[in-house]
Amino acid sequence: MAAAAETVVSQTEPEVLLAGHGITKRFGSVVANDDVSVELRPGRILALLGENGAGKSTLVNVLFGLHRPDAGQVVIADENVELSSPHDAIARGVGMVHQHFQLVPPMSVVRNIVLGAEPRKLGMIDVAQARRRVMDLADRFGLHVDPDAAVEDLPVGAQQRVEILKALYRDARVLIADEPTAVLTPQETDHLLDVLRGLTAQGVGIVFITHKLREVMAAADDIVVLREGRVVGTTTPAQTSEAALAELMVGRAVDLHGDRFESGATGVGSAVSTAAAPSDEAPIAEADEQPVVLDIAGLCADDDRGQRAVDELTLAVRAGEIVGVAGVEGNGQRELVEAITGLRHAAAGTVSISDRDASGARPRQVTVIGVGHIPEDRAKHGLIGSYSVADNSVLNRYFKRPFAAGGMLRRDRIDSHARDVVATFDVRTPDVDSPADSLSGGNKQKLIVGREFSDDIDLLIAAQPTRGIDIGAIEFIWRRIRERRDEGTAVLLVSAELDEVLALSDRVAVMYEGRIVATVDPRTATREEIGLLMAGAESSAAGS
Amino acid sequence: MRALMRAAAVPLASVVLGLVLGAVLIAVQGHSVTSAYGALVLGGAGDADALLRTLQKATPLVFGGLAVAFAFKAGLFNIGGQGQLLVGAAFAAGVGFGLEGLPLVVHLPLALLVGGAAGAAWGAIAGVLKATSGAHEVIVTIMLNFVAGNLTDWLAANPWQDRSGSNIIARTPLVEPSAEIPTWGWLPAGFVLAVLAAFACWFVLERTTYGFEVRSVGANRHAARYAGISVGWIMASTMAVAGLLAGLGGAIESLGVDGRFEAGVNVGLGFEGITIALLARTNPIAVIPAGLLVGLMEAGAAKMQFESGVAPEIIDVIQALILLFVAAPLIVRWLLRLRDRPDAPDRRLTLGAGWGR
Amino acid sequence: MTAGAGPDLAAASGDAGMRGWSPQRVWSVAGAVVLVALVWGFYAWDGAQTTAVLGGTVRAATLLVLGAMCGMIGERSGIVNIGIEGQFLMSAFTAFTVASMSGSLFLGVVAGVSTGLAMGWMLAAMSVGLRTDQIIAGTVLNIAALGLTSFFYDRGRSLGQPKYQSIELGPLADLPVVGTALFNRPPLTYLALVLVVVLHVLLLRSVWGMRTTAIGEHPGAAATVGIDVIRLRYWNVTLAGGLAGLGGAYLALESVGTFTRAMSGGRGFLALAVMIFGRRTPLGAYAAALFFGFTTALQGQFQLNDTFDIPAQFVGMLPFVVTIIVVAAAGLFGRMRDPAALGQPYEVR
Repeated sequence: MAAAAETVVSQTEPEVLLAGHGITKRFGSVVANDDVSVELRPGRILALLGENGAGKSTLVNVLFGLHRPDAGQVVIADENVELSSPHDAIARGVGMVHQHFQLVPPMSVVRNIVLGAEPRKLGMIDVAQARRRVMDLADRFGLHVDPDAAVEDLPVGAQQRVEILKALYRDARVLIADEPTAVLTPQETDHLLDVLRGLTAQGVGIVFITHKLREVMAAADDIVVLREGRVVGTTTPAQTSEAALAELMVGRAVDLHGDRFESGATGVGSAVSTAAAPSDEAPIAEADEQPVVLDIAGLCADDDRGQRAVDELTLAVRAGEIVGVAGVEGNGQRELVEAITGLRHAAAGTVSISDRDASGARPRQVTVIGVGHIPEDRAKHGLIGSYSVADNSVLNRYFKRPFAAGGMLRRDRIDSHARDVVATFDVRTPDVDSPADSLSGGNKQKLIVGREFSDDIDLLIAAQPTRGIDIGAIEFIWRRIRERRDEGTAVLLVSAELDEVLALSDRVAVMYEGRIVATVDPRTATREEIGLLMAGAESSAAGS
Repeated sequence: MRALMRAAAVPLASVVLGLVLGAVLIAVQGHSVTSAYGALVLGGAGDADALLRTLQKATPLVFGGLAVAFAFKAGLFNIGGQGQLLVGAAFAAGVGFGLEGLPLVVHLPLALLVGGAAGAAWGAIAGVLKATSGAHEVIVTIMLNFVAGNLTDWLAANPWQDRSGSNIIARTPLVEPSAEIPTWGWLPAGFVLAVLAAFACWFVLERTTYGFEVRSVGANRHAARYAGISVGWIMASTMAVAGLLAGLGGAIESLGVDGRFEAGVNVGLGFEGITIALLARTNPIAVIPAGLLVGLMEAGAAKMQFESGVAPEIIDVIQALILLFVAAPLIVRWLLRLRDRPDAPDRRLTLGAGWGR
Repeated sequence: MTAGAGPDLAAASGDAGMRGWSPQRVWSVAGAVVLVALVWGFYAWDGAQTTAVLGGTVRAATLLVLGAMCGMIGERSGIVNIGIEGQFLMSAFTAFTVASMSGSLFLGVVAGVSTGLAMGWMLAAMSVGLRTDQIIAGTVLNIAALGLTSFFYDRGRSLGQPKYQSIELGPLADLPVVGTALFNRPPLTYLALVLVVVLHVLLLRSVWGMRTTAIGEHPGAAATVGIDVIRLRYWNVTLAGGLAGLGGAYLALESVGTFTRAMSGGRGFLALAVMIFGRRTPLGAYAAALFFGFTTALQGQFQLNDTFDIPAQFVGMLPFVVTIIVVAAAGLFGRMRDPAALGQPYEVR
């Protein structure tokens, strides 16, 4: 394994780097991949495009040896192969850049990169050699990282570079990148696409998984669109358009220009139709006259590792408006939401909700004041998986009348409430006694939204309200949030999807390193301006 | 009914498997399995005396099982039943012999209450430490078992020792008649209390908002916090309730069976509570039959040894085997070819380990 | 602070070396200095008693550190082992029985270690293979060991030969204060000390140690680079059992010289506290074991002499009370971090 990069260029070029022919993969009764065929050639970028649940991840997991296909053939470097584990794929020069980085957080960059293929001396790790090889690779491909830093101390972009280096260290000739841009700013995304381009110039082939049309058009050589486990289209950027791709991806015509910001050629990232939004015709006339519902001043909070994550943050949300917080994940959004809702101790500052001091309030007090909270992490905070739909429909309100009286639960009231929520919010479940774990992601989310909306609330805090769910559920939830806004509820929306923030918000607050660095009008600001702000650029461009 | 059968299949099969392997051990040692198990059953349920013994043995076992099962609902593993039971037994005996001239309606409840309160306090230590510092309850309760053993030894050997005659044993005097728990024929009143306690636990857990909070903390601590439940309070109070149950078991042992507290008696009851709680799949009602089963084996062990020569410790081995099969249900499922329904949620018993927060 | 292998490859302790002196480190160094001063003072005051206490300290620490090393290999791999108590007891029983029947202490040790390996494999089978809750699996081992050893316990059996005797390591044994305590010990104590050093190096610097950290922190990541998580966890938990088995043999054949019912007396649990206090590194655990061993040795010394009139029961509580305080304080002040995947069964998709 002398100098990984040399082998990349010196080997004879195979015709096909990586392919799947007729791949079928079932999980129980669900067919995740149905007779899917794709082919990657040297020096090209193959984009796999599809919605959540379209089968992209399953396909690459099969190609990478994580799943065994029920039918079909995997081909690596012109050879038919049977992969029994990722190790087989790695040994044949396939590398994966995982969406959720497969890095060991407390270990150093060098150790993470060499893990599993360590240079060794008498069973001990040959530290000097490991370090030298990593530095060589980093120089060669222009992927700069501090080799001795613990991965957990690195920013997301640097962790991604470690993931890429990890694959290159193993002589990868194929790089599978699973939603690599999900956690990046628009500028970081552009940089990553440049890096990937640079890799193809050295003969590496890249499989690029995404649901963002813009990136596909910008970076791909070949495009394969998946829907419901099947290939519904194979094309190239030259032969197609964003609109055509969106239609292929969703399976019906979608209106790309319903967004309230000027999308133009570059503005559309997600293929979601927003035409149905009632607010488009009737935007809130004079928001400034509405009373302030959420008033945050000088708020400070630390993250789990004791680092200051929210830093003297000031923000106000008025009744009847949606304020969207845009920002790259990890800039304190989670800590902000948790500090407001009482899940996290605020180190300093004040929070007032409906003119009542809610600084340092406990979650229960925040709920009682009249706050609905759609938490970022459904499984961790939003639901108790083993509880029934009924119990989950009162999860944070079980103690209130009519669900309880004198310390006793009133089952009949809880059940009838649950049936209401299920009916009103279109939660697909056999009955209200089924465990929440048996629901799909979208239905779980609708159950949470239904629960939070069924109480009398003045403020809604929605964190990543549509993460990882299908378009139907996204549209439904967006519509509900807009309706709620139109009824006068103040909404604080936090989302890592810039498109979601732009589509829903009346005002966009850009968060960077724990502060709101600018507040912009989504109707006038461009993606590029917001992207620069998200990356920490000075806010002279678009202050308001 | 089908659901009940499905829930009971693994525990029942575990008991049968445990007994079968126990039989193999007995046979290997050259004893007769039929005479051994026959004597075991006769000794535990053959006549009124045997039945009384079984119910007396079962009483602290049911309480011990509840002490584990209740804490389990909040995701806490209470291995401290032993210590909680010991302090409950010692302090109930202390009140039982120390106060004189009280009427039964005052003295007995008071003694029970003090015993229960001592157990509750002992349990609460672990709960409070868990809530405030994240100290793992398993470590703390185990350590508290040893501390309680030493503490109650000292009480029985020093300030509260029975000084009558030439007694040199570390034990308290007999409790006053006004603090004795009555026995009605073959039915000890203490067992009735155990059954009532089991139903009370079920009611609290399933029907009250407090029970909802306890179960929420056990099922998903983060979601419980999101739901506005004070996780620390639930941990502390749940451990106190668990300690109360174990303490009551100890108190009944002192006031209803032994008539006093004696150091070194009851060693092992805390561990048996774990077996019983897991055998009952932490369902409070099911703790009753599980406790009766183990109680019967213990009550009959002496007769078994007398009649067939099998060492009574075989009971411990059988219990350990039953626990193994209950804890690793995959073994039993494989043996029985039981299939999980694909849509059935995972009912595996889990605590979520780790020593920190 | 990480309690595992820090990013600094050369980190001698588990700490990330480059972050400077943590409060924990300051406290432990300060504690060590105070302790050394105290010991020296006592030695000057009463040499014989101090030597006895130090000897008792090392004797108790040997068992504890063997158990702690068993626990830390498991935990670094993501498996909680609460069955060390049972592993001690069971191996003490087989070591004693085999030594007694064969007349060979060495065969006894082999039997003890083998039993530990077998118990380790059982724990692995339950917690790794069958994905039983790890704490319950360990509890099963403890209860099974108590039941089986009680059932097969033969009150009349004796070792039939002297237990392992001390070996003087030449002039080292003549050193003041620590000479007798450290360099005039029976063989298994020396073996344990060697194992402490070897395991420390292996865990922090070897390929095996790094992979072990990886499967305990992020088994999914380890699997994606081709590490067989299940297999490595099986091996680690099983081999770690051998260390506890050695502990059991030590207990029966070197420390006590016989077997009695429930003779492990909670030290398998104390070993867990030692492991946590030692931040899951062998050298750290040995320091912690010496501290705990010291409380045990003091207890013995208090009972022997009548300088202090403290009831035996209260002295007997000491190590357990100390453990509670340590565990609580570790949570309150230590910000100790467990391996991220600790306690979670790993499932191959």
